[in-house]
Amino acid sequence: MAFRVLVGVKRVIDYAVKVRVKPDKSGVVTDGVKHSMNPFCEIALEEAVRLKEKSLASEVIAVSCGPQQCQEVIRTALAIGADRGIHVEVPANDELGPLQVSKVFAALVKKEDVGLVLLGKQAIDDDCNQTGQMIAGLLDWSQGTFVSEMTVEGETLKVVREVDGGLETVRLKLPSVITADLRLNEPRYATLPNIMKAKKKRLDVLKIKDLGVELSPRFQVLSIDEPPQREAGVTVESTADLVKKLKEIGKI
Amino acid sequence: MLPLLMSRSLWNLRHRYPLTRRQIFRHLALPNGGGEFQSGEKTLVMQEETEKQTARQMYVDIGASTITRLPFATLEPEDIAFFQQLLPNRALTDPDVLASANVDWLQNVQGLSQILLRPQTVEEVSLILRHCHLRGLAITPQGGKTGLVGGGVPIFDEVIVSMALMNHIIDFDDWQGVLVCEAGCILESLMQYVEKRGRVIPLDLGSKGSCQIGGVVSTNAGGLRFIRYGSLRSNVLGLQAVLADGQVLDLMTQLRKDNTGYDLKQLMIGSEGTLGVVTSVTLLCPPMPVGVSLAYLGCTGFPGVLATLCAARSRLGERLSAIEFFDHQCAHLVHTHLGLNPPISGEFPFYVVVEMVDSDSHEDNEKISAFFEEVMEEGHVADGTIATTPGKVKTLWAYRERIPEAILRDGHVIKYDICVSINMMYDIVTATRQRFADRIKNTLGYGHLGDGNLHLNISLTTPDPTLHSDLNDFIYGWTAKHRGSVSAEHGLGVLKRHAIGYSKSSDAIALMRRLKNMMDPKGILNPYKVLPSEL
Repeated sequence: MAFRVLVGVKRVIDYAVKVRVKPDKSGVVTDGVKHSMNPFCEIALEEAVRLKEKSLASEVIAVSCGPQQCQEVIRTALAIGADRGIHVEVPANDELGPLQVSKVFAALVKKEDVGLVLLGKQAIDDDCNQTGQMIAGLLDWSQGTFVSEMTVEGETLKVVREVDGGLETVRLKLPSVITADLRLNEPRYATLPNIMKAKKKRLDVLKIKDLGVELSPRFQVLSIDEPPQREAGVTVESTADLVKKLKEIGKI
Repeated sequence: MLPLLMSRSLWNLRHRYPLTRRQIFRHLALPNGGGEFQSGEKTLVMQEETEKQTARQMYVDIGASTITRLPFATLEPEDIAFFQQLLPNRALTDPDVLASANVDWLQNVQGLSQILLRPQTVEEVSLILRHCHLRGLAITPQGGKTGLVGGGVPIFDEVIVSMALMNHIIDFDDWQGVLVCEAGCILESLMQYVEKRGRVIPLDLGSKGSCQIGGVVSTNAGGLRFIRYGSLRSNVLGLQAVLADGQVLDLMTQLRKDNTGYDLKQLMIGSEGTLGVVTSVTLLCPPMPVGVSLAYLGCTGFPGVLATLCAARSRLGERLSAIEFFDHQCAHLVHTHLGLNPPISGEFPFYVVVEMVDSDSHEDNEKISAFFEEVMEEGHVADGTIATTPGKVKTLWAYRERIPEAILRDGHVIKYDICVSINMMYDIVTATRQRFADRIKNTLGYGHLGDGNLHLNISLTTPDPTLHSDLNDFIYGWTAKHRGSVSAEHGLGVLKRHAIGYSKSSDAIALMRRLKNMMDPKGILNPYKVLPSEL
């Protein structure tokens, strides 16, 4: 029984960019900085597209929440193989955290009759690692997090999870929420013909209020600071000097 | 007694005929003393070795030939004492240090120098050269030792003058983007420095982690961004060099234009340390592009590659920042030896990598889309992919940048670096492949498409000097027939000096020699390099 797959793709600052804190410490500089799809979301998307190729999924829908620029990330997802996209529009200044996003997804799941939600395990900007779990909680669905291997077996999913103690194999009853870990797959590159075809694929824009989700902030960021600068080491000429230096800084 | 043959073949056989450090340094027993080694048979060995040390059997690019040591002075204890007093702790005679300083990166050339000097100031360089000039001691200026033609290592017992400690950035003018630095600065550290300030160094090489700016300028290095930023000859605004007699030639300036007299710095640029030792450089650094994209395209044939280049030039204009090509043999090696999975499925005879930049970070889709539509609709490009974010751009570049590494793992490698008109660039690869099919393992062609610069590499299962000689005749002959350059970027060093005749007339070479004799009458600056021996 082929099911519909919902894939979450988040627009984050590209991992290769050097992040700088704003002078007023209210956040990081995002203006003029290169953004891209969260690497774990790419892995989730790749898995969804592979399910479609194996005819286990009937349709892959890529979803992103945020300002207008999110559509670039959705277009990339369409180029990789998603069938259509949904952009849930949220103004740039509004608070959007895992709780709000998971409520959006829960609403979309009901609206679109989805059988599997695939997400990255966490986003590289906030490292929350909460959205997938919250969606499962809201929908009362099974969840497989930190998944490094996934097989569909009839009405169940067999997943291997990467946990601190090693690898855990779990069987989940569909419908399910899965969050992808690094070793799940190696994402493909979008081919040029697909990039050009993606321009014509369907991309719906929804307002967050239409899904019945409230955006009241639950916490307030007090300040953002850079980690302390690593100081240069000091070279010493001899062991005697080394001992003297260590005594000076009170280490011995 | 094993003659010290300097060929790759012997280096590869080193496990069967190991040259221990003691053996290597026994060869340093030169007439009239000098050299430090522990060998009980000292006197006996010296007598035996005397004749051997005046000539080296060297396999240079044009056939096997013998290089005879020119009658320079030899290093005396008084010289060592002078250097040690001038450069305390920086005049090194330790065999371990010298063992590494004497060998180039490709391990093709191994010198016999006994002393490595590390000056810290231009005054020290000047005094070193003055002393060597008076004494008649030959010197080899040394940078990062990443050259591919053996130009940065000694052949006999030349004094190595390493610029490694002259690695300070003197000044940076943010407004104009002018960088003033010493010759020993490593290229990658300069890149990081100026990138923090919104600028880029106008060239990019695979060896950036080790090569020094003095060497880069002295060899007029090219690289991936040549098509965008042009030659170092227009980006080096000024330099400071020490001449053969120790005189410091100060041509440091930050001016873009200066037509007062002959442009002497152009003599230093590309002369590979044979006309002077570069000690400081003033470099013009263009603004850093913010939005960089990279397209990886599979082409249907070489005409398709050329058409892609045309389309890139006309559609992308000033947004074009690099354009490279490689054949499917290269792609295959990268996949096999480095384990990199190809970014696009399906095999194509040629691949082109196109880098595009914007002046702001917003994606300029219009021009880029028009470019892709043109090349795909006209059938030049069958498939491709594009990276638009820094992380992915770096990953995609690896497919081209790591080709030399992959080739090195394929066997014994012979490299050619030629420049001809762009439309005939690949003809020689096909011709070589056909002509030498049964004797070669792999023939590979890749290079800087926009510059007409082909890197033709041949991999063999075992070294074969006769084949190498036949290949030279064929490839250099072809290049000369098409009025091309037999060394587009790599220079001549010691390994290609005898190939100069394929690309330069004897009159031109004669004038070069007169210039060299005028500037360095004793011939002490990096001897045995660039110009062919007069014998």
